[in-house]
Amino acid sequence: MVPFAGWSMPIQYKDTIMDSTLNCRANGSLFDVSHMCGLSLQGRQAIPFLESLVVADVAALKDGTGSLTVFTNDKGGAIDDSVVTKVNDHHVYLVVNAGCRDKDLAHIGAHMEAFQKKGGDVKWHVHDERSLLALQGPLAAPTLQLLTKEDLSKMYFSDFKMIDINGSACFLTRTGYTGEDGFEISVPSENAVDLAKALLEKSEGKVRLTGLGARDSLRLEAGLCLYGNDMEQHITPVEAGLSWAIGKRRKAEGGFLGAEVILKQLKEGPKIRRVGIFSQGPPPRSHSEIVSGTGENIGEVTSGGFSPCLKKNIAMGYVKNGLHKAGTEFKVVVRGKQYDAVVTKMPFVPTKYYKAP
Amino acid sequence: SQFSERTTHQLLLRKRREIEKPPPNPKSELGAPERKRERERNRGGGAERSPSSSPRRVIMAMAASRSLWASRAASYLKISAFPRAFSTVLKDLKYAETHEWVKVDGDSATVGITDHAQDHLGDVVYVELPEVGASVSQGTNFGAVESVKATSDINSPVSGEVIAVNDELLEKPALVNGDPYEGGWIIKVKVSDAGELNSLMDDKKYSKFCEEEDSKH
Repeated sequence: MVPFAGWSMPIQYKDTIMDSTLNCRANGSLFDVSHMCGLSLQGRQAIPFLESLVVADVAALKDGTGSLTVFTNDKGGAIDDSVVTKVNDHHVYLVVNAGCRDKDLAHIGAHMEAFQKKGGDVKWHVHDERSLLALQGPLAAPTLQLLTKEDLSKMYFSDFKMIDINGSACFLTRTGYTGEDGFEISVPSENAVDLAKALLEKSEGKVRLTGLGARDSLRLEAGLCLYGNDMEQHITPVEAGLSWAIGKRRKAEGGFLGAEVILKQLKEGPKIRRVGIFSQGPPPRSHSEIVSGTGENIGEVTSGGFSPCLKKNIAMGYVKNGLHKAGTEFKVVVRGKQYDAVVTKMPFVPTKYYKAP
Repeated sequence: SQFSERTTHQLLLRKRREIEKPPPNPKSELGAPERKRERERNRGGGAERSPSSSPRRVIMAMAASRSLWASRAASYLKISAFPRAFSTVLKDLKYAETHEWVKVDGDSATVGITDHAQDHLGDVVYVELPEVGASVSQGTNFGAVESVKATSDINSPVSGEVIAVNDELLEKPALVNGDPYEGGWIIKVKVSDAGELNSLMDDKKYSKFCEEEDSKH
């Protein structure tokens, strides 16, 4: 067990990190991610309020759908990344990182107070009465289907529903942090353990409890950012390769913190870009230097490790704009020695999101 | 004899791994959702089984407690403890506090990391080896072992000159996990000072050392 953002969490359960990662993609994994912070914004101006803080076009989302987005600061840098869901025109549900909880709530709270003073109708509720379970992998849907009457085959990636699962009123989102098909289930805390047990039993042991170690391997293989490593206060969504998350209307209108910086980068290109990297030698880790063939510093690794599925090193980092195209070769420096590396497209392992036909 | 001792030890390591695999399920409800009957499953029952009849080697029962081996590794990482039955400690080897073993044969010595070490490290994915001819000194690092999550230095329990390195580990780093005392050997050293061996632990002291270290966390 390790301390993580103020919580005590397992790096692994009985299975090794390698086995857990492989099992998630072959069968399924159940993660206890109750450390993350679920939050509802409600009111007639809940959506305009949220849009002042994030880059997503929340208004354009269909009811019951969501998207990954970024909370920005006034320099265009990322305060946090989040999955935001439009429940209806007056209710948005979002999940933010545990490590950023205090920072995010202070940020949102301060802006909300100012917004309310101007007469804006919005209020919030932090869902501390709920716990979050993530069920991921090919067996996620078949297993969950055994515990609910809702037809999950009609629920697609990023969809959201409030339904009864195993006798509890849950918030269900078809999303995750592994690249596999799967769900995040927000369940009243008093029912969380029973739901977890039921999911494991219904899967007959094929879906296994999985800890932080494998969670990190899985998200890295899926090319997903880890806030604090691959995204930070000084990195903009454009630099992080998340321009797609900036709504079209938002690109035209702005209206979020740091919009000037971000819109400029969209026009002129950012100075650095996030890339996927394959390398020889020992796995590069966060802060491993990236150098050109002539030894000149051109960037830095922000996440790295050994991919259990691909059986090779994978890493993410930032390099100077221009050196970010797939196939670009350079070197990573690990413990003083240089090793060959090459830029590759992400995700490293193909994703299996359940998208509408 | 050397051969039969090695076989026993390998059998024990393999047996322990089998104990910890969950039993396979022949029938699945997932393929036939119309079946209502739920199956009771004894999940993970194997891992709680105590070790079977005592072998010739010293087998140690590890307390189910936290341990921070790899203290030189990524310091934020505490690897979770789960109820493992035992860790192998071999009789004729000497041990360092940083969990390396050494087997002396005349004036040459073979070095590797212990079963306790590989167990806490997890799946080894890369081993950084020194050059043949490099000199090593007792207590200082000569290479590294990388697991999926973390990197750990390996310290030499003896001083001398590296006369061989286990190149097989470049292709098969998992040998360190599966066969830490034989196929997973890391370097062979021409020992320069045999007296240094006296400052190392024997199997009994090392077993106790591991027990004490684990109970501290």
